[in-house]
Amino acid sequence: MPIHDQGYRRYTGHREPHGRRWWVIARAGMLAVVKQRRFLGLLLVAWVPFVVRVVQIYVSQNFQQVSFLAPKAEMFRDFLGQQGIFVFFVTIAVGAPLVANDRRANALQIYLSKPLTRVEYVVGKLAILLAFLLLVTWAPAMLLLAVQMLFAGSLTFVRNNLFLVPAITLLSIVEALVASCTMLALSSTSRSSRFVSIMFAGVMFFTSAIANVSRAMTGRTTLAWVSPTLMLDELGDLVFRLRLRSDVPPAVAVLVIAVLILGSIAILERRVRGVEVVT
Amino acid sequence: MAEPTTFAAAGDAVVRLDQVSIAYGRHQALSDVSAVFPRGAVGLLGPNGAGKSTMIKALLGLLPPARGRMQVLGLDVAAAPLAIRARVGYMPESDAHIPGMTAVSFVAYCGELAGLPAVDAMQRAHEVLYYVGLGEARYRNVETYSTGMKQRIKLAQALVHDPDLLFLDEPTNGMDPKGRDEMLALVRDLALNKGVNVIVSSHLLPDVEYTCDYVVVMDKGTVATEGTIETLKGPGGRVFEVRVKGDAERFVAVLREAGLECHETEEDVMRVFVPDGEGASILFRFAAREGMQMRHLRPSVPTLEDVFARAVGEERPGRAGERAAR
Repeated sequence: MPIHDQGYRRYTGHREPHGRRWWVIARAGMLAVVKQRRFLGLLLVAWVPFVVRVVQIYVSQNFQQVSFLAPKAEMFRDFLGQQGIFVFFVTIAVGAPLVANDRRANALQIYLSKPLTRVEYVVGKLAILLAFLLLVTWAPAMLLLAVQMLFAGSLTFVRNNLFLVPAITLLSIVEALVASCTMLALSSTSRSSRFVSIMFAGVMFFTSAIANVSRAMTGRTTLAWVSPTLMLDELGDLVFRLRLRSDVPPAVAVLVIAVLILGSIAILERRVRGVEVVT
Repeated sequence: MAEPTTFAAAGDAVVRLDQVSIAYGRHQALSDVSAVFPRGAVGLLGPNGAGKSTMIKALLGLLPPARGRMQVLGLDVAAAPLAIRARVGYMPESDAHIPGMTAVSFVAYCGELAGLPAVDAMQRAHEVLYYVGLGEARYRNVETYSTGMKQRIKLAQALVHDPDLLFLDEPTNGMDPKGRDEMLALVRDLALNKGVNVIVSSHLLPDVEYTCDYVVVMDKGTVATEGTIETLKGPGGRVFEVRVKGDAERFVAVLREAGLECHETEEDVMRVFVPDGEGASILFRFAAREGMQMRHLRPSVPTLEDVFARAVGEERPGRAGERAAR
């Protein structure tokens, strides 16, 4: 009799209940992403603006000559606006392969033959992208607020701008959700992550170009609603209590964002299936 | 032809289908299918496009039927697909893996997806990979695997959570003869010695005959016949392989008119079933009467091929696959 039987043995151990499988997907996906050196480089670069703002806050708190640099509520809005470029790159780097690679490797039938639902699969994939997007938007912005309190040595600024906490949170989540849902939907339509990246960049640049050309020709911003990026800017101005930068009513901005998210969910519902039926 | 067991009558069955119909647009993939798969190893046999893969995907809850009911391990597919998938393993026909993973992380990941705790999943992944013969290659990226290794890794991911029932869709696809024999030996071992119920979908008759005791033969989206292989091979009588010089088609027609079962093969050899009490002399008599020369006569035994030929007619789709597998 062998000391250790390497044959097949029945399993009598514990089994996790249903409903937690999305976390298995999310955790594995996040680990796979952070193993990529190029992505870690991108993440480091994405935190450079945070370091710059920390220096700005430090200098303004310690040197009277540059007190004009003291943080205001707009600074946090500007910071989130600047992070938009990193949202774009992180979305492409992390999001493009999420479903496309699974489709290329026929992994969907492996996933969906396990005891998990299509919703759990999508939530797991969405969580991967959301986590990294919040890591370059919400996390540094909230940390900046904490740094301000630390350097000022008082809660006065935060107390006077209490709306900043929900504003930063809301804008970061909406921005991350729009980017994640759109990218995941695009990723589910192709087997090539490169093609998905081009599609996403195309959608973002093309819609912004239409809005900007229209503004240049007519001098008005009524066509800004075609650009998700501009609508997110509009929403950002709204939640940070700033003057709106386009003629589009805020309700339209909310509607455009809602349509984008719901449309993406509809595409995912159609594309994420264990069996691909071609009729 | 064996009568299909009814939904209510099936006792100790792992899978039951009751008048299940599935269509892809206008194409009817399954049409009023009623079948019962008993415990043990069951072969799902049929030519390409017969509806075997569709049936498996429907049983996994991936394809909702237009009508009909299905049960797997006593659970209703429509009501409890997750509970069913927790207890079954599925080895898909096409190449499938999670990209960017080593074999051991892939199989452990599948274990976790099936509900195993992370530590147990990793331990089981190592064990199962050894069992399927990939122990030495378990730290290699799955994308670098050969076709045969990919078949084994698909079996490993289906086994890692210790299912009560395994769906194996064309498990020997693209494997060399040695690998094919090893894969079939694994399937047989699982069914006979490990207590795992197995449903082997294949168009390769020898694969099914080697691994299974019971067979469900499908053709054009319907169940052509089902039963134990021994029963379907038929009771008494003898089989002869015959080749004649002359109009073979006329000879076949004559034999059939005389009530003898006769199937043509692709090699100009016909298989003739002679009833009990008769011998080869009856064939010589017919040949002499029709003025034909008997050029080849060899006693044979009823095989699953004969069952298949009886069930779906003269078409023998397994031949091409068998030659490729050889």
